[in-house]
This record gives sequence, C-alpha cells and structure tokens, in this order.
Amino acid sequence: MSVPKLEQLSQSVVQGPSLATGAIPTRDWMDIPVKFKSGNYAYVAKKDKVEYLNSQSGLSFPNAREWSPEEDDWKLPDDWKDIILKGLAERLEKFRSLKIFMDCCVRCGACADKCHFFLGTGDPKNMPVLRAELLRSVYRNEFTLGGRILGRMAGAREMTVGVLKEWFMYSYQCTECRRCSIFCPYGIDTAEVTMMIRELLHLVGIGINWVLEPVSNSNRTGNHMGLQPHTFKDNVEFLVEDVESLTGVKPNISFNRKGAEILFITPSADVFAEPGLYTAMGYLLLFEAIGLDYTWSTYASEGGNFGLFTNNETMKKLNAKMYAEAERLGVKYILGGECGHMWRVVHQYMETMNGPADFLEKPVSPITGTVFENAASSKMVHISEFTADLIKHGKLKFDKSRNSHVKATFHDSCNPARAMGLIEEPRYILDHVVDWVEMPENTIREQTFCCGSGTGLNTDEIMDLRMRAGLPRANAVKYVHEKHGVNMLSCVCAIDRATLTSLNDYWTPGVGVCGVTELVANAIVQEGETRGELEEGLRTMVF
Amino acid sequence: MKYAFSFLAVIALILIAWLGSQIPGMPYLFGIALPYLAMMIFLGGFVYKVVQWGKSPVPFSIQTTCGQGKSLDFIKHNRLEAPDTTAEVAARMFLEIVTFRSLFRNTKSEIYDGPKITYESSKWLWLFALIFHYSFLLIVIRHMRLFLDPVPAWIGWLEFGDGLFQVGAPTWYMTDIGLLAGCVLLFGRRLITRHVRFISLVNDYFPLVLIFSIAATGILMRYFLRTDIDIVNIKQLAVGLVTFSPVIGTDIGAIFYIHLFLVCVLLAYFPFSKLMHFAGVFMSPTRNMKNNTRAVRHINPWNPVIVPHSYSGYEDEFREFMVDAGIPVEKELPPKEDEE
Repeated sequence: MSVPKLEQLSQSVVQGPSLATGAIPTRDWMDIPVKFKSGNYAYVAKKDKVEYLNSQSGLSFPNAREWSPEEDDWKLPDDWKDIILKGLAERLEKFRSLKIFMDCCVRCGACADKCHFFLGTGDPKNMPVLRAELLRSVYRNEFTLGGRILGRMAGAREMTVGVLKEWFMYSYQCTECRRCSIFCPYGIDTAEVTMMIRELLHLVGIGINWVLEPVSNSNRTGNHMGLQPHTFKDNVEFLVEDVESLTGVKPNISFNRKGAEILFITPSADVFAEPGLYTAMGYLLLFEAIGLDYTWSTYASEGGNFGLFTNNETMKKLNAKMYAEAERLGVKYILGGECGHMWRVVHQYMETMNGPADFLEKPVSPITGTVFENAASSKMVHISEFTADLIKHGKLKFDKSRNSHVKATFHDSCNPARAMGLIEEPRYILDHVVDWVEMPENTIREQTFCCGSGTGLNTDEIMDLRMRAGLPRANAVKYVHEKHGVNMLSCVCAIDRATLTSLNDYWTPGVGVCGVTELVANAIVQEGETRGELEEGLRTMVF
Repeated sequence: MKYAFSFLAVIALILIAWLGSQIPGMPYLFGIALPYLAMMIFLGGFVYKVVQWGKSPVPFSIQTTCGQGKSLDFIKHNRLEAPDTTAEVAARMFLEIVTFRSLFRNTKSEIYDGPKITYESSKWLWLFALIFHYSFLLIVIRHMRLFLDPVPAWIGWLEFGDGLFQVGAPTWYMTDIGLLAGCVLLFGRRLITRHVRFISLVNDYFPLVLIFSIAATGILMRYFLRTDIDIVNIKQLAVGLVTFSPVIGTDIGAIFYIHLFLVCVLLAYFPFSKLMHFAGVFMSPTRNMKNNTRAVRHINPWNPVIVPHSYSGYEDEFREFMVDAGIPVEKELPPKEDEE
C-alpha cells in the first residue's frame, strides 16, 4: 500500500463520509458488514511464526495456516463459535473489568470523539463505545436475560463469522491508548475490551504478523528485532564508537556481566534504527558521565513486550525474562529505558505476573542515595525518574546551549501518562536541558493523543490508517511548529520514535523526533570530553 | 424507531395499570403484590449482579492515571488523579460519584479544512446528568415521607429547601422540574447529537421515557388530579407495605396505580439493565485501584505458571556466537575434537 497523497487524505478526513464531520450512516451499524481490502488491514501472522509460538510451553496459538482476510473463507476451525463463546465465558470469570465494562456502559457518547482512530477515519465503529458494542452485543446475546429474550431490540446479536471479521478489523484499529477511558464516567477502558477481543481471536488463529513476529523473535533471541547476542553487542559497540568520535568520551559497556549493580533494559529498537539510536547513545553518555556500574543483557535485550498486544500468557512469558536475568546476574535492581507500552507492563503487570522480586534490593540511586520508594517492591526504575533525581541533586553538568539547534515540544506517550502517571519527570528534565514548549492542553499529559501506530500497528501496509489515526497528534505538533518554530518532538517511547517520524514527515515536515535522553546527552558536560561544535548534537555527522 | 418503541412500551404499561386497577380486586395486585414482587426482583437482582461481578477477581492493577503519580519528593503528586493510598482512592471515587468529574472533563472536537482539529470544553452532558441524577435522588429521599411514621424532621427541611419557589399551592418542587427537564434534555441529546443517536439502543431510550412518565404521573397526582386521590390512604398503604401489613383503604385513584406500576417496572427492570451503572461505578477497576503497583505487589489469584524461554536454552542455541563475541557464558564450549 503506497502512502496516500497528502492533499487527498487531508480532504478526505474533512469531507469524506465521516461521522466525525457530520455524515450519518443511513443503516444501523449491525447491518454494515466489514470489507477487507488491501491497505485497510495489517498482514496476518505467518504460519511458521504461529507454529513456533504454539510449540512454546505455556502458550497456545492454534490453527496455524496460510490465509487472507480478503478471502471469504478464513479457514476457521469447525467449532470456532464454540471456542469463542467458551473463551468469552472464561474471560468473564477471570476479569472483573470485563464483566463490569460489558454491563455498565450507558452509551452517553462521552468517549466518541476522544479516539484518534475515530477522528481520523470517521468510521462509527471506531467510536470507543461502538468498538465495545461489537463485543457487548454478543455478550448480551449469550449472557444476559434481556439479550436472550429481546434479541436485537436489546442490542444483542448472534455470533457469526461476520461479527468475527468485524472484531478483527476494529480490535486492530485501536492502539489501546486508553484516552477514551479517562473521559468515561465509569472508567470503561477500551484497551481492556480490545485486549479481550484480541485474546479471543488468537484462540481461533487470527492474529497479525507485526505483533506475532516480534513476539516470537523476542521469545527466541531476547528482542523484537531478532538480534542474536553477538549482533546486539555489535550494535551497541557501534554506538560506543559513534559516541567516542563525537565527544572523545568512550563509554564503558558490558554485556551479561554478573555482579553489576544495575541491569539496564531498553527497547531493542533503540540499538537498531534511527532516531532511537541517538537515544541509546544518550544512555551510554549519561551512564558514563555518572560512572554507573551497569550491564546490558543480550538475553533480556527487549524492554518492549508485544505480548501485551497478544494475550496475558504471552505477556507474562516474555516479561519473565527481565526478572530471570536480573536474578541470574545478581544485580541489585533494574533500570528501564524510554518506552511506552513496556512501562505499562512493568508498572501494572510485571510483579503481579512474575514477582515477588525478593531476590532484588529496593532501588537506590548509587549517585545520589535517593531511595526509589515508588518502586520498592517491583525494583524497576524508569530512566526519567533516575535522571530527574540526578539533576535535582546537581550530579549532572549541562550546557543548554549545546541544544540551541533544538526547539522542542514533548509528546506524552499513552502508557506512561495514563497507566503510570509519569508526566512531570520528563518535563523536569527538559526544563534543564533544552528550550521547549507545550502543545495545546487537550492534547498533552493524561489527554495525550497516541501516535496512531501503537499495539503492533506500526506496519507499512496500513499507512493510510496510521496517518489518519496520527492526525490529532500531528495536528498539535503542527500548531507549535507554526507558532513557536518547534523543530523537535521529544518523547519517552521507542515506538513513538519510529512512528512519529513517519507521521511528522507526512503531516508536519521539518519536525524531527527524539528521546528525552538524547537531549540530556546533547547537553551533558563531562570530564575528558574533547567535543567540538556539534551542530546537531549526537546527530552530527562526523567523518 | 427505537425511541418510538420506547414510547409505545410505556404507553402500554400505563394502559395496563389504568385499566387493570379499575377491575375489582385488582388494586391488591397493583398496590400490594406487584410492589412486593418488584422490590424482590430489584433487591435480589441487584445483589445477584454485584455478587456476580465480585466473584470475578481483579487479576491486574489496571488503574487509569489522570495526573502525576507518586514519584520523587520534588515531583508534585496528584493525589486525586493518581491515588497512592486508600484514602486518596476514596476521595477520587467520592468526587467521581458525587460530582461526575470525568464528565466534567468532556471536550467536543471539530474538524476543519486543513485539516485542523479543535477541542473545546463541553459541559452539557455533565450538566444534564447532574440535574437528572440529583433531582431523582432528592425525589426518592422526599418519598421517604410516605413510608415513615412519624416523618423525620430532616425530610421536612429537605422539602422546604426543594420548594424554594412557589407557583400557586401546593409548592412546586425544583426537583420535579429538574427530573422532567433532565429526562427531556438527555433524551433530546440522544436524538440531536449525531454520534449518540447512532449508538443509542432501545435500552437507552426506554428508561428515560419510563422515568419521565413516573415523574409526570407523580406531578399530575400532586398538582392536578389531587381530588382523585386520597393521600391518607396512600400513606396508610405505603406504611403498611414497609411494615408488612399492607391495607388498601377506599378508592385511591387510577393515577396512583399508574405511578406505582411504572415505579415497579423500573425497579424490576433495573438489575437487568444499564441502570446497574449505579453499582458498577463503585467497582470499576480503572478508577478504584491505587497507583502503587511498583511499591506494593498486586496479587492475581489465577496467576498461571508460565516460565520464560530459559537462559540455558538461549545460551545453548547461541553459545558459539556468544563465546566468539566475548559475551560471558555459563557453560563453555566443548573442547574441540582433535583433528585427525
């Protein structure tokens, strides 16, 4: 799928048949079937990936096969309906959230225009309330008295292949960003609903490759990118060389080193591609400046966890490596890099799933002596918390003018903002290292807009969807770009660094994307450095 | 169509009560049997539903944070929006339930040429919801006068406060107007706001029409058809119902039975409908959990045993590369066989 033309898409967003701009469909939503065509769905999981995952202990990924959503026959198992309904019943017993979210919605519509997918596509089924109704209608039919008796009149409908296809379409047009849930008077969280639908779909072999391939890579090689240990090490060493040639400082690094004080884990994308590379270089410089005793791990070389976008079993299995590796290496605690969904897993799931982490120690900054009480039990500290504390104690020396080529703004990543409450720390850091401004208030902090490509949707075949879904974010960037001359969108998320780059190139050319730690490292003044004038900080090309 | 059906259903209910109560002997059905039955369904259904919800565990701590979490000393913690203690959760829940804070946050977005998206504060839904719910609550409390003998003084104060303005006698209550207006506003909103109209079900229109009719029949009874009913008999019946010794005196009037029957329908309908949001709002995990998951471990009662792809399995697969690259390993490579 080629990238849609800017003028076309701009026009289509405003004037296309969109409920967001006033076109009301004439038919009831239950009567509008989904239609899969090239460009409106992400490629389905490859057979060998599904087979591999199905062979792993604790995981179940049945019905591996070659298939296409565009064909009528999805090659489902004969008893697919039974499997789905049983799966739903089981999940209702396991998750109170699901029961309550199925029963309590009053369809007030407060969530409707809060979704970036709805704003960008105008598709009624992208209103969070309707996305949930896709499942709720089946729930009513099977599990409620009113639904059984009154059927469609009570908003109930039979589970059919058509409904299943609809689930696939719309659970993969949701990035589980949770923006809608903060506006819901009952806190109904569409992320929970979407997660349940995705779990159900995996029961009958429906999943997308951009999720399951990273998952299987992460299981086998330790990271989404599939980097094997020597390659992972090579990549980090390249960055060390780059840092040295830019600054004259050669960061000291180690891999899988037993007895290190801290295990550092960050999304593997940061050692794989621009602009994440610069954030990784930032980590190297920062840790060198404070002389941190830390190690990288090639086994637990992934901060992210696409299991979160798959099912809770997979999430647990992938996440378990962090503690397993920390225990094997005998570190005191874990320091985590900048990543969005990784921090949802670490903050809200990790210790529940794979704890107690009693083989680790309560995290203490070796530089400042600060005890991170908020991570006392899970023993994992966010790099922004760690850095903000260093700055507060005057342990880092900055020359802000080294970032004078940057006029930044800050994008709150969905999960740190709405699933963790990590909002002020990055801002505190930015205040000390760069000249920056906020985007408009309804698009930041807990109301931040998703990049539009999270939850494994950052794949190129759905570029049209991604550019639409990212429009609300891009629009706010454009506003500060035009008003304040902002040329850099900083964030604390690896997926953002990749996806916002495409988004800005499309909607707001001239605005780059960077991690907060890149800006920190740009401005750091440290002993032994022989850096000249780096016009673009760590991005300066040196020959 | 969906709203039209709601009107038809309520009209049918009204006719049933109107005609039915005129049949000799039937007042016992409408005045005593059905209220007891409705109350039983309401209480039983309500408790059943809450217990059913409660039976499912909360495996993960999935709070939504709408502000800064508790972090470093110098980072200001938003105690209401990212609560860290039970007291802070209680405060968050209290304000959510009493002031509808999430709705207060509501914005309306518009898309203009460019494209350019704007968001502005939109408090209409919040306002309508407040008018509706508070009027309803006060009316329910005021009705306690019918069931309690003697009537507690505070009900009198409440009535005095509620009846601040007087249009003729008897005094009009603000909450009567509020409930009618609340129903009309919420109903009108469903028809007019395009996306809300598209998602609305019969389940959404019906309760509004039903509650409007309950309010309307109550008002008719109190202000317009007063001569038809005997308030002393009604009080006697009401007190009798709560003391389990109901008596139906002389003719009470059809309008009363219509009002009562609609209330019974509402009670019986309640546990099977979205009206259960009344209980659900207290139990929503995204709002009633502490954001302290890294400081205190949350327990999942069904936590499955799943182990990661083991380090040894990983090293076995990549040992050669690791040794070559100088990455420490647990098990060295086997000594190379002598070349022969």
